[in-house]
Amino acid sequence: MTIPLPPSHGPVGGHTEAPVPGALEEDTRGLSLWRGAWQRLRRNPTAIAGALIVLAFVVIAIIAPLLTPYEPASTQWSGQVTPTDVPGPSEEHRLGLDRFGSDLYTQMLYGARQSLVYGVVSTIIGLTVGAFLGLLAGGLGGKVDTIIMRVVDIMLSIPSLLLAVSIAAVLGQNAYSVMIAIGVAQVPIFARLLRGSMLSQNKSDYVLAADALGIRKRKIIMGHVFPNSVGPTIVQATLNLATAIIEVAALSFLGLGDGDPAVAEWGRMLVAAQDRFDAAPQLALLPGTAIAITALGFTLLGEAMREALDPRTRR
Amino acid sequence: MTVTADFVDSSTPATETTRRGALNDDGTLLSVRDLAVTFGVRGQKEVRAVDEVSFDIRPGEHIGLVGESGSGKSVTSLAIMGLLPKRGVRTSGEVRYNDENILGWPPRKMSGIRGRDIAMVFQDPMTSLNPVVPIGIQITEVLRRHFELSKKDASARAGDLLVRVGIPDPKRRLGEYPHQLSGGMRQRMLIAIALACEPRLLIADEPTTALDVTIQAQILELLKELVADTGAALLMITHDLGVVAGLCDKVNVMYSGRIVESATRRVLFGNPRHPYTGGLLESVPRLDSPRGAPLKPIPGSPTNVLPWTRGCAFAPRCGNAVERCATDPPELRPDGDRELRCHNPLSADQRTEAVTP
Repeated sequence: MTIPLPPSHGPVGGHTEAPVPGALEEDTRGLSLWRGAWQRLRRNPTAIAGALIVLAFVVIAIIAPLLTPYEPASTQWSGQVTPTDVPGPSEEHRLGLDRFGSDLYTQMLYGARQSLVYGVVSTIIGLTVGAFLGLLAGGLGGKVDTIIMRVVDIMLSIPSLLLAVSIAAVLGQNAYSVMIAIGVAQVPIFARLLRGSMLSQNKSDYVLAADALGIRKRKIIMGHVFPNSVGPTIVQATLNLATAIIEVAALSFLGLGDGDPAVAEWGRMLVAAQDRFDAAPQLALLPGTAIAITALGFTLLGEAMREALDPRTRR
Repeated sequence: MTVTADFVDSSTPATETTRRGALNDDGTLLSVRDLAVTFGVRGQKEVRAVDEVSFDIRPGEHIGLVGESGSGKSVTSLAIMGLLPKRGVRTSGEVRYNDENILGWPPRKMSGIRGRDIAMVFQDPMTSLNPVVPIGIQITEVLRRHFELSKKDASARAGDLLVRVGIPDPKRRLGEYPHQLSGGMRQRMLIAIALACEPRLLIADEPTTALDVTIQAQILELLKELVADTGAALLMITHDLGVVAGLCDKVNVMYSGRIVESATRRVLFGNPRHPYTGGLLESVPRLDSPRGAPLKPIPGSPTNVLPWTRGCAFAPRCGNAVERCATDPPELRPDGDRELRCHNPLSADQRTEAVTP
């Protein structure tokens, strides 16, 4: 039963007039979902740690040539390397030389560059193709969905590194084949994730409401369902950057990376360091640590983003 | 602008509903005949959620569809709108609009009517707005879908609409997101969106159920006012008899998927004949009942039903049930100034005191 209300009277007592009755204070500041997530990210120490690592990594990758006087491919000091001795840190070479007589410090800096480019490009390939397939499957449904998802299932049943190795082996040893190999290996993850969140959004009330307004299906999918579903996919992309960087190193380690020896790459540095591990363990430890820290940075950032975008932590 | 009537101009007479399209032959705007909806899951028994539902809506008329949860009210409205999922659902009967049976129209054709001619306000304003899309876009979207409006014209009209539904400072509001609004504001927003194209029929599916009691009255008042201004007909779906009493010209009472009593508001409230209607009215708390007097609920629960094919679904809970009720399905028959589906209706002295609407 509804009871007629007495005519509303103005604000009572010393109360200041609230702009919106019932709205939370935070709500009146004009926050979108993404801006709210950004606020939570800024307050999260994990996110800050991750972001700092990622930032340092990106900055080093970009300004690498400014940080070192040498060329990464230069082996002009090879005379100083003997079968039993690899010179350690000195005034000229901050981290010493590697076994081919190149400056290790320079190699490390340029390695960041390689990892960043490989990681980002391959993740973009995986994200684009995977999200496109997921969008088709989740948006169109029916037979399209079935066919796409069965193909994706087949891809998922192959371990991603094995898939990448096979693709790299087929495409040959060059930079592009590494990126494509790692990108393709990521496709099923993105496709599944986006399709899954689109399917769950499809059942939501606002989709029914939009349908009830006669909004066209394509518009509902692109304008309503998709924007609500991309969150987890973007988080996954950040997490996948970490995996991609590790996989690039792994492919190089397995000898399937970029064949050009002039390019400094952390994975190949690891391979080269193997037979001199006793004499010069820093040759393996430094690139190994660099890979681990970079991957950690992206993972921390990704996890923090996942938390910030999680509807359960949203208020 | 192809908009024929100016929304803000409230001088539009309430009877002016022929501005778009024609009426059915018999002068009705929408006519539902023998609507049945069956849900079937493979390997399980089919469920007939709605059966033998017929009613007419004339231009500008306010029709109530009353019943408790699971009585098929919402399914009826979704069937009219063509919004039921395609898989596992069978519909039969007729929904006549513009002298065409729109039941079973392909989605593409149907979406030209939805939002433009027939619009709907949903129950839960918290989930019926897209959380990541600014409100302004959610209003202009429907305007641009059905009328060829430029972005600028559409947002000007959206601003007018917000003012009309009592949301101040529309410029700012249009750029905001749903979570920045309170529940009552969101429902106002949904009403604005539903009425944006000046539909000929507005279906309101429990529009106040999810709201605070204090807001409910305001929203109903708003709905009433706007529907009167635009001349739209209203199909009000609710379990709240108070809502119906204040709003509807005619009331259909549903039980377990069928209409059990159908009459004008005055006849139904003043003189309920079906024991279910009587029970519903009696279970409403009254201000003039003695202090401490217990409420009179209807015994049992809506799950305790007889299939309509075998008898009267309400019989297991009915105080008036006779032997025949369990063996012989009652038909909906004219009974004086109403239609009634009952073998043993309430007698004159059983009837509750008239509830003055």
